[in-house]
Amino acid sequence: MKARHRRFIWIGAGVAVLGAASALVLNAFQSNLVFFFTPTQIAANEVPRNRAFRIGGLVEEKSLARESDGLTVRFVVTDTAASVPVVYKGILPDLFKEGKGVVAQGEIGSDGVFRASEVLAKHDENYMPPAAADAVNKARGTTAAAEKTTKTLQR
Amino acid sequence: MTSSSWYRYSSPATFYPIAGRLIPWFGWAAAVMAAIGTWIGLAIAPTDFQQGDAYRIIFIHVASAWMSMFMYVVMAAWSALFLGFNTRLSAMMAQAMAPTGALMTLIALVTGSLWGKPTWGTYWAWDARMTSELILLFLYMGVIALRNAIDDPRRADRACAVLSLVGVINVPIIYYSVKWWNTLHQGSSVSLTAAPKMAMTMLTGMLIMALAAWFYAIAVALYRVRVIMLERERGSAWVGELQEVKSR
Repeated sequence: MKARHRRFIWIGAGVAVLGAASALVLNAFQSNLVFFFTPTQIAANEVPRNRAFRIGGLVEEKSLARESDGLTVRFVVTDTAASVPVVYKGILPDLFKEGKGVVAQGEIGSDGVFRASEVLAKHDENYMPPAAADAVNKARGTTAAAEKTTKTLQR
Repeated sequence: MTSSSWYRYSSPATFYPIAGRLIPWFGWAAAVMAAIGTWIGLAIAPTDFQQGDAYRIIFIHVASAWMSMFMYVVMAAWSALFLGFNTRLSAMMAQAMAPTGALMTLIALVTGSLWGKPTWGTYWAWDARMTSELILLFLYMGVIALRNAIDDPRRADRACAVLSLVGVINVPIIYYSVKWWNTLHQGSSVSLTAAPKMAMTMLTGMLIMALAAWFYAIAVALYRVRVIMLERERGSAWVGELQEVKSR
């Protein structure tokens, strides 16, 4: 074996060991690396207690309601299996819409209502012109479209 | 082709004129591609059904983000070749890639941030994709800083090569972050394994801009490696015999 072959084996082994170490570390911190929890996880009590966290899901259709002060909004975040009511006071991002993805940060009260301090819109990876989007939605029907968005969210 | 003829190209004296001849080709290709891509992106491609015109950030954001990751892998590959074969040109190539890689990372972060405010509602979130891309920027800056911190170029080559190789672990983490964890950043619209999730003209514009980024990166890296060669080999015979050096 030539000296340079041995050097390449050492380089390869070094990178492999580092890769394995990073994989183990990332695996250990798995729960801290998620950006948000789903309503199902909240229902199963898998969320951190007494600490702010984020929930992510779809804004349930026809759940958005504005209170009389004009700033406080209530909506329901769902992953189609479970859902969590959310109350938020502030300005919503442009892409916030019923049936679309959302990520909200805040704490869950003893009444089961999530009090959000920040609401972000979660965009999906589909890009198309408006006419095409209409055609797709018509062809697919709303239930199938909701399923697809859920899949996007879980990915 | 025998292995000895490959080694010939690892000599700066041979590679310097080759790089010089390649630069205008890649430079002009980059300019033409960028012009076509910008035209398709801003004039031809339709607006998006949800984001309106804000989505047009992809024509620069995606190209620069891809390049930022790809250039790091190439830099690490040159570093591995340098450590294995001990060819000084490999180290010079790695050195030449770092600033452009850092630039691409910065463009990806800044454009993404500007897009994030109107679409997500925030300039920055500490999700896995964004954080790992920020770490990539720090890795590039670390490699550049480490080189400047060590006076002996041969020692600097080795130290930077090791740091580059260690950092390469971060690239698959960036790429797969949107699959492995819940992130605010959306999943990939384009991948090697699935049909693209975007309209054809949008995709075309984006891919042309990606090609422009490739050619630009190659042209600039070759230009920079020529300067590095002249600087580091200034005492050697082949530099003294160059036409442009003699005429000074």
